[in-house]
Amino acid sequence: MYLEMALLLYLIVAAVTVFLRQRLLDAVIIYASYSVVLSAVWLLLLAPDLAITEAAVATGISGVLFFVVLKRIQAMDAEHSLDEEV
Amino acid sequence: MNLFSLSAWRHRLLRYYPLVALSLTVGITALLLVTLAALPPLGEVGNPSHNLVSLKYIEDGLGDTGALNIVAGMILDYRAFDTFGEACVLFTATCAIIILLRSDTPDAYDTMLHQMEEPHTNIILQSVSFLLVGIMLVFGCYVIANGHLSPGGGFSGGSILGAALILYVNSYGIRRASHFINFTIYRRLVSFSLLFYAAFKGYSFFMGANHLPSGIPLGKPGDLLSAGLILPLNIAVGCVVAGTVYAIYVLFSQGEMR
Amino acid sequence: MWLYLRENYYQITAMFLFGIGLSALLLDRNLVKKLIGLNICNSGIYLFLAAQGYIRGGAVPIVADGVQLYINPVPTGLILTGIVISVSVTAFALALVVRLYKRYQTLDIDELSKLVVKEGM
Repeated sequence: MYLEMALLLYLIVAAVTVFLRQRLLDAVIIYASYSVVLSAVWLLLLAPDLAITEAAVATGISGVLFFVVLKRIQAMDAEHSLDEEV
Repeated sequence: MNLFSLSAWRHRLLRYYPLVALSLTVGITALLLVTLAALPPLGEVGNPSHNLVSLKYIEDGLGDTGALNIVAGMILDYRAFDTFGEACVLFTATCAIIILLRSDTPDAYDTMLHQMEEPHTNIILQSVSFLLVGIMLVFGCYVIANGHLSPGGGFSGGSILGAALILYVNSYGIRRASHFINFTIYRRLVSFSLLFYAAFKGYSFFMGANHLPSGIPLGKPGDLLSAGLILPLNIAVGCVVAGTVYAIYVLFSQGEMR
Repeated sequence: MWLYLRENYYQITAMFLFGIGLSALLLDRNLVKKLIGLNICNSGIYLFLAAQGYIRGGAVPIVADGVQLYINPVPTGLILTGIVISVSVTAFALALVVRLYKRYQTLDIDELSKLVVKEGM
C-alpha cells in the first residue's frame, strides 16, 4: 500500500514538474519518467498487458517522437538565426 | 468576417482568460472529487463495474476463443472489429503526417538534412546497436507470437519492432535501412495487413454477431499454434504498428519517406 | 458518503492528474507542453478506468489452473485501445506543431495568434 502511494505521489509530482520547467527537453524527459512509473502502476493494478504496452508505446514511441520534434525545431532555429546573420 | 481580429472589449475580456481557465479547472477537479465520494471502495468483488459482461468474457473466453490471455481473446475475437478501426486510425495518422510534413518548396533545412545525413560513424552507437537490434527484433517477434498466451500482442510487440528499426536508422543511417524497409515496402506491408484483417474480420460488421466461428480449429489451449485467428490477426496488427512507428519517426526526422 | 474516500487513492490520483493536465492544456502557452498536458489528461482517465477493474485478491486475466477470481478484463481492453490512439493523436498534433513552427518560428500560442492577426488571415 505504501509502495502504491509512493508511486502515485510521484505521478502527481512529475505531472506538476513538467509544467514548471522552462526547458522543453527537461519537460519531455520528466514526461518519459512519468510514463515508466505509470507502467509500474499498471503492474500493481494487475494489468500486465497495459504495462508492456505503456512501456513500449507511450514511453518509447511518444518519447522518441517528442525528442525528434525538439531536434527538428532546434535545427530550424539554427537555420533561421543563420539567415538573419547573412 | 475576420476570425482573429479582436475588438477592444474582446481584448479586455481576454485579460481575464487565465483566471477563468484556472477557476474552470479547479471547479471541474472539485466536481470530480465530490463524485468520487459516491464510488464503492477499491477492489471489492461486488462492485457494480464487475457485471455480467466481464463474467461472460472470463467464463466463456477460453472455450470460445481458445486464448489463454483473456484480454487478447477479447480485443481480437469478441471485439475484433473495434481493433480493426484502431489499426486504421494508425494508418490514417501516418497518411495525415505525410501530407502535413511535405515541403512544397525544398527549403534550406531540407538541403541541410540531406547533407548531414551521411555517413554515420558513431562507433559506440554502432557497436551497441549491432548487439541490440537483433535481440530487440527477436523479442518483438516473441511478444507478437505469444500474444494469446502471455501479456503482449500486436500493439506492444509491433512497437518494439519499430523501436529496433528506429535504433538501426539512428546508428547506420537511412540509406542502409532503406535496403530492407522503404516507402514501397511499408505501403505494401501495411495495406496487405489491413486488407487481411478486413477480409477475415469484416464479416462481423455484416452478420451482426459478436462471435462467429472462423472455421479454423481452436487447438489445444496453451500451444503456440492455437486460438484460431488470433495469432494471424496479432501478426497483422504487429506489422501495421511496426510500419507506422517507423514511418512516423522517419517522416519527422527526414521530412519525407523514400 | 465520504466513507470510502481513504481507500480510493487510485481514483483520487486519477482526478488530480486529469486536473493538472487540463490546467496545462488551458494555461500553458507552449504548444509542446500543451500536448504533454493532453497526454497526462489521458493517463488520468486510464488510471481511473483501470482502478475500476481492479479486484483485491484477484489474479491477472490469464487463464491458469486453480485460480478462482480474475480481475475485470474489460477496462484493460478499453485502455489498450486508448493508449495506441493517444499516441497517434500525439504524432498528428506534433506534425501540426512542426508545420506551424516552420511558418512562424515560434511555439508560443500568444505570439502565434498575434502573427496570424498581423498576416490578416
